[in-house]
Amino acid sequence: MKITVNGREMEVADGLSVEALLAHLAVKREYMAVAVNREITPKATYASVALRDGDRVEIVRPMGGGSAR
Amino acid sequence: MHDTNLVLGGKDFTSRLIVGTGKYASNEIMRQAHEESGAEIVTIAVRRVSLPGKGDSILDFIDTKRFTLLPNTAGCYTADEAVRTAYLAREAGLGEMLKLEVIGDARTLFPDVQGLLEATRTLAREGFVVMPYTNDDPIIAKKLEDAGAACVMPLGAPIGSGLGIRNPYNIKIILETVSVPVIVDAGVGTASDAAIAMELGCDGVLMNTAIAGARDPVAMARAMRLAVESGRLAAKAGRIGKKLYATASSPIEGLADWTS
Repeated sequence: MKITVNGREMEVADGLSVEALLAHLAVKREYMAVAVNREITPKATYASVALRDGDRVEIVRPMGGGSAR
Repeated sequence: MHDTNLVLGGKDFTSRLIVGTGKYASNEIMRQAHEESGAEIVTIAVRRVSLPGKGDSILDFIDTKRFTLLPNTAGCYTADEAVRTAYLAREAGLGEMLKLEVIGDARTLFPDVQGLLEATRTLAREGFVVMPYTNDDPIIAKKLEDAGAACVMPLGAPIGSGLGIRNPYNIKIILETVSVPVIVDAGVGTASDAAIAMELGCDGVLMNTAIAGARDPVAMARAMRLAVESGRLAAKAGRIGKKLYATASSPIEGLADWTS
């Protein structure tokens, strides 16, 4: 199936969990958050949430910044 | 002289300088500048992870035991985006304090105060310690306080402009209008700007570019720490009134008589 992660389209296994996606992308787990289709995915549910075809996933973390740019 | 602490969301801070994490030449220079600034709060943005997720995290250069993180919603142009970013920051473990920005226009980066008020109301209700970046407008400042803001953060001048406190009179009126802390956010260019903000009676100053963009950010961070401290001290000490004509410091009586 096809999903979009941080604006980038990718082909992944059907029914991939958020947990498996994060492992696949080697995302550091400290201070990060995930939203699927604009809704936040709580950390406790990463393993149980199965992604679906067409899902839009956002993975964020802190970055340097003071004010808008 | 004894001074009170800056209290935000029930937490006490002795430093009244809040610093940013953007635009530094390197993370190491940022770390040193933070150290010299004496700040206890640092603001950070929330952005997409670069994929694949390798690379340094900015938090490798911020001692989270020592500094309180202040995630911001920089770059958000609607209340909805800002609220979602706030939730993401909280889910990421960055805490409940939030520098709320709802930007109205990319050229000036002035706040969209309608969106700001709406987001403040929503996030205050959700338990966030909302610190809104706003205009130097006393009416909006009061509305933000009523909406549950933990402080108000009026701009001194446009973000990154270094123009200083362009309307000290409005800042003064804001100070008389609200009872929450007033922190000047944006516009500071050099140490005297920070001192002026504090002399006006502000509770704190937040800056990023003035330090990060200086030729020597570490030295400028120290200058800012001293400016904020001396401005605060001067405000507490109570300055003399301004007069048009001279007033002698020495007594007139007892002058020797040189007339012949």
